[in-house]
Amino acid sequence: MAIIIDETKKVIVQGITGREGRARTRLMREFGTRVVGGCTPGKGGQEVEGIAVHDTVAEVVAAAGGVDVSVVFVPARLVKGAAIEAIEAGVKLVMLVPDRVPLWDAMRIAQCAAANDAEFIGPNTLGVISPGRAVIGMIGGRADSAKQWFNEPIRGKTVGVMSRSGGMSSSCGYYLSRAGLGISTICHVGGDPVLGLTFPEVALKFEDDPETDAIVLFGEIGGSMEERLADLCQTGRVTKPVVAYIGGKAAKEGTRFSHAGAIIEGDRGTHVGKVKALTAAGATVVDGFGDLPEAACAALGVAVEAS
Amino acid sequence: MARLHEYEGKGMLKAQGVHVPAGRAVASADEAEQVASELGGHVVLKVQAWITGRKDKGGVRFAKTPEEARKCAEDLLGMQFGNFPVEEVLVEQCLEIAHELFVSLTIDDAARTPMLLLDCAGGTGIEERADTVARLAVSVSDGIDRDDVAAVLSRSDIPQESHQALLDAIDAIVETANVNEARSFEVNPLVVLRDGSVCAADCRVTIDDYAVFRHPELGIEIARELDHPATDLERIAYQLEQDDHRGTFYFAKLPTDGWESSKGLIGFHGAGGGGSMMSMDAVTNEGYTLANFCDTSGNPSAAKVYRAARVILAQQGLTGYFGSGSGVASQEQFHSAYGLAKAFNELEISLPVVVRLGGNAEDRAVEILEDACEGLPGSVEGYRKDDTPAFCAARFTTLMDGTSGVSSDQLTRNVPDWVGGDAEAFPIEGGHVWIDLAHCDAALTAQMAEWSSGVLKDDGTGLPAIACDEQTAAKSDSEFIACEIECLRAGRPVLFVDLPIAGIDCPQEAS
Repeated sequence: MAIIIDETKKVIVQGITGREGRARTRLMREFGTRVVGGCTPGKGGQEVEGIAVHDTVAEVVAAAGGVDVSVVFVPARLVKGAAIEAIEAGVKLVMLVPDRVPLWDAMRIAQCAAANDAEFIGPNTLGVISPGRAVIGMIGGRADSAKQWFNEPIRGKTVGVMSRSGGMSSSCGYYLSRAGLGISTICHVGGDPVLGLTFPEVALKFEDDPETDAIVLFGEIGGSMEERLADLCQTGRVTKPVVAYIGGKAAKEGTRFSHAGAIIEGDRGTHVGKVKALTAAGATVVDGFGDLPEAACAALGVAVEAS
Repeated sequence: MARLHEYEGKGMLKAQGVHVPAGRAVASADEAEQVASELGGHVVLKVQAWITGRKDKGGVRFAKTPEEARKCAEDLLGMQFGNFPVEEVLVEQCLEIAHELFVSLTIDDAARTPMLLLDCAGGTGIEERADTVARLAVSVSDGIDRDDVAAVLSRSDIPQESHQALLDAIDAIVETANVNEARSFEVNPLVVLRDGSVCAADCRVTIDDYAVFRHPELGIEIARELDHPATDLERIAYQLEQDDHRGTFYFAKLPTDGWESSKGLIGFHGAGGGGSMMSMDAVTNEGYTLANFCDTSGNPSAAKVYRAARVILAQQGLTGYFGSGSGVASQEQFHSAYGLAKAFNELEISLPVVVRLGGNAEDRAVEILEDACEGLPGSVEGYRKDDTPAFCAARFTTLMDGTSGVSSDQLTRNVPDWVGGDAEAFPIEGGHVWIDLAHCDAALTAQMAEWSSGVLKDDGTGLPAIACDEQTAAKSDSEFIACEIECLRAGRPVLFVDLPIAGIDCPQEAS
């Protein structure tokens, strides 16, 4: 199975003629992603990597007979328009790769997605990869590296990975694979304050995925997504083992949490609060990042493979 | 988050029709006296500083006469909070307050909307009353739900006749946050005066860093939260970031008090937020003090990594350089290796350097870095994804222990002597590419075409020439850097990419 992306999903690229769009289209295809079209306003009629370029998402959707996912590689200030265009054209999952998307733009995208029953990932996401199946975004980089780094699912010992750090998404997948575990999907939810899919939503997808045996996450201080995930574990909505590392323990508090508006969030947002919430919900929280693979193996009751 | 001062926030509110007390910010005691006399003498003076609990820290004073105001301003302008000296004081008319409300707009990550926090008992002790504060979701397109706000007001002991004015003010506060793209907007307190009118008595605003480019009118110099006034180097780095959006570049000075009692002052170069934090822990655990935080990630160009390394090494008193990120980077790491190799060679680095280059094409990246830096006085070592941050930090300690008497103060930029003379030069973004044609030949030219990814070609006579249009060439700084380093590795340094950094290598243009 895997979640979010697999080889059957029809993917399009917005901003396909740009530097990143062009390069990533090739890499996604090399890994096995079914890229069926792309668009850049004013560039309709061109071709990128043998893929027809259209002016608008609606045209690509019509030409492809419907699409499942749009991956957006346009400059940050144009992301809002691109995302809303895709959602209004009927695309149900939009991935926003660019960094520096203004916050109020992200909230407007969220409003549009909610109104149209669509989901989005990011902004500021490295992407999502389902080893052996497909990748969207730029996670893993070169296809041959990604194939080498991340194990495909292995019966009885496959984990789903979700992370708030892009680089650490790949690191988690790599070190877990080296410990002998299979990976169903790695999802980098993004590093921004307002995101589409967050840990709770991704965890529910992993919960429904028969191939995923446990959930591993790289969390960080700030925001509430770790606490909300803990709530789901507490209430029995997420029953699979959860293994977590929370970054930012040593980060200086007081600057970002100094306003009354943040302080009255209570325990939420702090390292201590997140560890406490997850631990109380039955998750394993490791103190050192290097301890994640062993803890994941322990949660699944399998031995760490020497590599 | 770009923080604004109280008076700047109040200026925004006024523009949206919210009443604010009469008065203005001043930078001298003379002006304070002047403003106080214009306001009739009875005024409040408030330091403009990014602190909490300003009143308890002595940052608020009341004066009954202009002379008293002058005296107060003298005291306040001499104060310092954290690393920030008080440079401005807001002088305002005194208010006759009947009721205080706590009004704060934050961004709620769970709801993905702005969230209005409202408490009709005011902001004092708000932390203890967290559970009773009303939390009202705000529509990003339509603003507040006035019925929801009215319901909260109706449960308070504030007289009914002020409710309409409060509703209007709260509506306008939310709209002010919207038009200015605030990350947070707090009016604490919003007050009802004895005459029943409503006024924003204080204001605390942060603007979304990513939206600052749309608001030049705010005059925000550096769109990020620092715990100290921005240093020259931070200004230089920020400008470099604005000029080149290929990948992330972030540079901030860290507090280094007491570093002398640590094992050394280190320049830190991370890649990616999460991995950088872990790497910083690893090198700090070895007993070093980090002079800075720096992050180049998101597939940065070689030129960007070069500039970041130059900024890091422009700090005074560094005795080592440590680079490490997530360790399993999706980006091809040789771009970073070329950028680093260029910076280290240009400065003929004498400090020990450890850089963890794990990720795509890591073998090639490590080879480029170590090979290109082999002849330098400092040891430069590259590591891969299977080398943990702790291992790299331990290796760094070994190199540091074998080095003494070096400091970044001794580093100077070396430009080849043939640059600037009769050599071939053409402009690129941010500088020039120089080629020493006298030492080129057909065999080398063929290799340079390859090393530059085809940006250079043989001009037909065995000498290198631009193979593409000028515009493409001007953007090919990273390809030229790759070519420069490969020429160096081949023992034929005939190409030099001159990318002077404003503020370090040449004067900064007036902005």
